[in-house]
Amino acid sequence: MSVFGPVVKIHPVVLASICDSYERRNEGASRVIGTLLGTIDKHSIEVTNCFSVPHNESEDEVAVDMEFAKNMYELHKRVSPTEVIIGWYATGFDITEHSVLIHEYYSREATNPIHLTADTALQSGKMNIRAYVRLAHLSVLCLKNSEGISECQYVFYSAQMGVPGKTVGVMFTPLSVKYIYYDTERIGVDLLQRTRMTPGRTKGLTSDLSQVAGSASRVQDMLTTVLAYIEDVLSGKVTADNSVGRFLMDLVNKVPTISAEDFENMLNSNINDLLMVTYLSNLTQAQIALNEKLVLL
Amino acid sequence: MAAVCGNADVFTGRVPLRNPSPSFPRVFTTQAASVRAPGPVISTEMASTAGTLDSPVKQIQIEGMVVLKIIKHYQEEGQGSEVVQGVLLGLVVEDRLEITNCFPFPQHTEDDADFDEVQYQMEMMRSLRHVNIDHLHVGWYQSTYYGSFVSRALLDSQFSYQHAIEESVVLIYDPIKTGQGSLSLKAYRLTPKLMEICKEKDFTPEGLKKANIGFEHMFEEVPIVIRNSHLINVLMWELEDKSTVADKHELLNLSSSNHLEKSLQLLMDRVDDMSQDIVKFNTYSRNLSKQQQQKHQYLQRRQQENAQRQSRGEPQLPEEDINKMFKPPQPPPRMDTLLIAGQVNNYCQNVKEFTSQNLGKLFMAEALQGHN
Repeated sequence: MSVFGPVVKIHPVVLASICDSYERRNEGASRVIGTLLGTIDKHSIEVTNCFSVPHNESEDEVAVDMEFAKNMYELHKRVSPTEVIIGWYATGFDITEHSVLIHEYYSREATNPIHLTADTALQSGKMNIRAYVRLAHLSVLCLKNSEGISECQYVFYSAQMGVPGKTVGVMFTPLSVKYIYYDTERIGVDLLQRTRMTPGRTKGLTSDLSQVAGSASRVQDMLTTVLAYIEDVLSGKVTADNSVGRFLMDLVNKVPTISAEDFENMLNSNINDLLMVTYLSNLTQAQIALNEKLVLL
Repeated sequence: MAAVCGNADVFTGRVPLRNPSPSFPRVFTTQAASVRAPGPVISTEMASTAGTLDSPVKQIQIEGMVVLKIIKHYQEEGQGSEVVQGVLLGLVVEDRLEITNCFPFPQHTEDDADFDEVQYQMEMMRSLRHVNIDHLHVGWYQSTYYGSFVSRALLDSQFSYQHAIEESVVLIYDPIKTGQGSLSLKAYRLTPKLMEICKEKDFTPEGLKKANIGFEHMFEEVPIVIRNSHLINVLMWELEDKSTVADKHELLNLSSSNHLEKSLQLLMDRVDDMSQDIVKFNTYSRNLSKQQQQKHQYLQRRQQENAQRQSRGEPQLPEEDINKMFKPPQPPPRMDTLLIAGQVNNYCQNVKEFTSQNLGKLFMAEALQGHN
């Protein structure tokens, strides 16, 4: 995909909202559209929020509830005043003529709206997410397909073209799409990804040592994979790759070499700190329980 | 109230926090024509049988999107240890509370004094109804700073919510703990006992003794389960495919002193508050017993005098109203103590959880080092 224009960075919450509004669409509607909110930078556009807008689409006309869109934007601005309208999304597979009309509307709201498409019908086996923009605008078109096999997201950049004086056509140019997370968001997404494995698509929240154990086992899995690769290389099955070798070197060097005595000291002092704190908190809890009993006598 | 209940960093002079009001479900009872199963009918049924169920909510099921929204809200608007709040929307299915959407609440600003949150809420709900989002209030969420959320404001809010909607919960999101590696989202409800007390508004020691409530029985935690639809699952696969492997393994981070320090600092503050409270209670009981003694003495003297007068044949002194003479001291309200105790307990729990995790990590590090 051509790297033309700013990069579009999407937060997963936007995609999840789009999926959700697609699932809740009215009977008979083939796609949903909505507004994208975010921040614009010199080189990138960050999409952080979105909301769906009710609209009606038929063969020859399309009606978008603009009042609603304006209202919602006002409400959203109350909560996060830094977010601006940066474009709109649509689920579905292609850019239709209606899209152009809707794009017109959005170019009135924002300087360079992007059009995001997310293929929720999963027509090509993947959920492709693309962003488009008019050669002056970025439009993010979300194509969403209902079959759930894949989603295409396309971001299109649209451009004006055609013979001057006659009807002007609009060309949407694709932009590159990246997914971006906050740290905590990443952790949330990791948790959500684990729901893929369970049959009911559910996952409870664990706590305490079980989390540490889980994390450790994941590291262990990764190490096993790496070891398997090394075995292969040593036995000659796979040709050695220098860059991988360098990474391995980094990995091994990461374990600091400290004298056993120093390490013992550090370990012991840390353990002592933790034990002391545990003792204190247990003491406090016993204390308040006792106080309670005394008061209620 | 702010001095007693909140950590001074969190509730900086804004007393009290105005929490989203639950006055909605009676307004919106029309059914939304949506692709999903009808929710509103079931909910209104549940609401009408409120009071007959012992614990109507055994489990909470949250959509993945709600989790992401809460995380995002805190991340963008919550820096600086401000508390962010929002409303949860969803429906009730049997004994499960399903949370399907949420929207954030704007922060309180000084100039926007009474900016009419009720109107904001109404508009939001109305708009969301147009796009077929479940518009039923089922609770609210709040972020917390190192676990300090047991406060008067929270109690009042949750009480009014639970009073209006039987099954409502408050979700407490701990961003700092989440940043350390694992999502920390807890759902709380008030126990029926506590609801009783709040209804009576009887916070004296006798009242609490009657209800036999301890700090451990204030809140009950409801287990949370995260559920994703198939489409979101597909999205997850796609995300994993396309995003960079940024698995930072924060969870295995060994450093602990910073977090421990802050937690212990907060714990110490609350323990100080608690000891002040205890001193107050002690003085009260001492005053009370002293007064009892005085009353006793007075009565005795009265009786003696009366006996003497009788023997002399003079009219007896009129019975005076004892209570007016010896006004009983005001018993201090015990609700605050209960809250502080609950908060202290919560801090201790968090600290213990944290230390247990760290001990595990340290032993792992030892094993790793030992092999060299």
